[in-house]
Amino acid sequence: MKNKRSLFAVPYVIWMALFVVIPIVIMLVYSLTVSVTTGEGEAIQFSFENFTGMGAYVTVFARSFWLAIVATLVCLLIGYPVSYWMAKEGPGFQRVAMALIMLPMWMNFLLRTYSWMSILENNGLLNQLFQKIGLIALYNDLTGQNIEYFQMIRTPGAVVLGMVYNYLPFMILPIYSVLSKMDQSLIEAAQDLGAGTADVFRRVTLPLSLPGVLSGVTMVFVPSVSTFAISRLLGGGTNMMLGDLIENQFLGGAYNPHLGAAISMVMMVIVLICMLVMNHFGEGEEQAVML
Amino acid sequence: MSKELIRLSDCVMAYDDDVVLDRIDLSIQDKEFLTLLGPSGCGKTTTLRIIGGFLTPTSGDVLFDGKRINDVPPHKRMVNTVFQRYALFPHLNVFENVAFGLRMGQTVVEQENGQEVRRKVKIPEEEIHSRVMEMLEIVNLKGFERRPVTALSGGQQQRVAIARALVNRPKVLLLDEPLGALDMRLRKDMQQELKRIQQEMEITFIYVTHDQEEALAMSDTVVVMDGGRIQQVGSPEDIYNEPKNAFVADFIGESNIIDGIMRADGVVEIFNRRFQCLDKGFDRDEPVDVVIRPEDVDIVSEAEGQLKGTVTAVTFKGVHYDTIVDFYGFKWLIQTTDFCPVGSHIGIKIDPDGIHVMKKSQYSGMFGDYSSYSEEYDEINDPTLLDEEEEGAGDEE
Repeated sequence: MKNKRSLFAVPYVIWMALFVVIPIVIMLVYSLTVSVTTGEGEAIQFSFENFTGMGAYVTVFARSFWLAIVATLVCLLIGYPVSYWMAKEGPGFQRVAMALIMLPMWMNFLLRTYSWMSILENNGLLNQLFQKIGLIALYNDLTGQNIEYFQMIRTPGAVVLGMVYNYLPFMILPIYSVLSKMDQSLIEAAQDLGAGTADVFRRVTLPLSLPGVLSGVTMVFVPSVSTFAISRLLGGGTNMMLGDLIENQFLGGAYNPHLGAAISMVMMVIVLICMLVMNHFGEGEEQAVML
Repeated sequence: MSKELIRLSDCVMAYDDDVVLDRIDLSIQDKEFLTLLGPSGCGKTTTLRIIGGFLTPTSGDVLFDGKRINDVPPHKRMVNTVFQRYALFPHLNVFENVAFGLRMGQTVVEQENGQEVRRKVKIPEEEIHSRVMEMLEIVNLKGFERRPVTALSGGQQQRVAIARALVNRPKVLLLDEPLGALDMRLRKDMQQELKRIQQEMEITFIYVTHDQEEALAMSDTVVVMDGGRIQQVGSPEDIYNEPKNAFVADFIGESNIIDGIMRADGVVEIFNRRFQCLDKGFDRDEPVDVVIRPEDVDIVSEAEGQLKGTVTAVTFKGVHYDTIVDFYGFKWLIQTTDFCPVGSHIGIKIDPDGIHVMKKSQYSGMFGDYSSYSEEYDEINDPTLLDEEEEGAGDEE
């Protein structure tokens, strides 16, 4: 019986091996080698050079992680209250809210990001609106400056906005799912024992929803760290992130797949460490949800 | 014992057109063990939730110590609840579960400039510790304080739930089918245990159950409910011996309920034969329901019997035989230690105190006939059917 059932897992195992394990091994090999031009042409040599030279990209690493952390926090600050509110409402409302949250995801990711470009551009929708309602004139009057538009695109803020917009559903869904499945009698029990609304939340709802928060944070943080289209489209050239840097090594002008592979490996290790630390904190609660 | 603590007056609970509680009037005394007893959907859990503060009645008043508390939220009531499925906090261990209420602080009433001021005061850690340990000792869970509640058995979780509610020293403890999920043996032990705790702590218990045996064994007062109405309030003995209508008679224990006619004070006619009884105060020739408990019937020889019938089924129950006897087409359940084989013709005698006469009610003719005996008995004895106790209307919104 058991053997038969495990047969069904074979395609997946093959898939994983082909498209996850083998590529990682290839990347590892790439990252530990460099290509050198010698008299007879190109040769591949074993070297740690890719890693030892990583120091040059510290600012990109720092910026990537910093923006990803900010985006994750913003997602959490918006996503938790939304999930909490949704879980409290009736099933009809929940369906509508869920549809609204999922709706943008039916559109292509690049398309969504391009539309944010045209909204945030210097002569984009928002700036035109500010112009119309006299906000820019008011700003000029108040500060004595003379600007024609607010600089929104090509700022770190625009990158964070793009990430929050794209990844917010991944924060809301797991938190909502934990909150809506929470046993209402636990909340009644807390009220019964003398807890007001704030205490119920702090001592019961929040601790019990931590597993949802953890998976939401993971699902937002990981793609945020490695995002490249958002930073390129909304951040302009000035806010290069890890994703752009890596893309540049493989497809762009700075063609050097060895370095690209090395940066990818370092990023992967840092992300893994982050996840380990977080899961360690969430351990106790995860068991609680199994109940 | 006779001081009134809680009063429900004219309480109605309705969701749109669905009336769950229909003008309930109920007075609960201080330090009594009161049981709300009835089948699924009778409104007993709704009544409990109104007292606990989780529901606000559509109309009518809830009074606590003479003060109206309709709009007082649960966390400000001097009432604690043991929930049906315990509702222990899975992220806290046994100690912290029990300590939960104490960590919420204590309300102190102080006189300030002649005015009553209520203030929440933090309870010192040593006091929390000693009170929790004391409570765990009362429920026999000493040594378990560091265990996660998820690692406890059903009976132990039950005890934690009771300790958690009692540690706050409430004036009233509400228990919503607390023993429903336990096996028979454990149930019996816990019944004793609960009764002991109630007497030791000298507080009021309001207990919801569908199990009539449990209700009779533990209660000072039993409130029998059906269809959102109170059918009868009384001591267990009253409820059993003097049921008010066919519903109560059938729900509490086994009963043969027969149509009769009251011919005079102390004389009732069944199957055209007159029987002596103790009931008085009915109109002459008033149609009535007559309850005869299966254990109050004596089997005698056919010639001596007041009624004559044929045995149609016998089941051995250990202490006695359940014997089904056909009297003129109406089947009776008789519990007797004498074995009468199927098909034998027997007579029966009933003493005057074995006959109880009730006024006709909406329930007349619905219960008390054992023609479909086997199915009904299966149903009564099938705990899984009863464990599905869920009052849909009691759920909020």
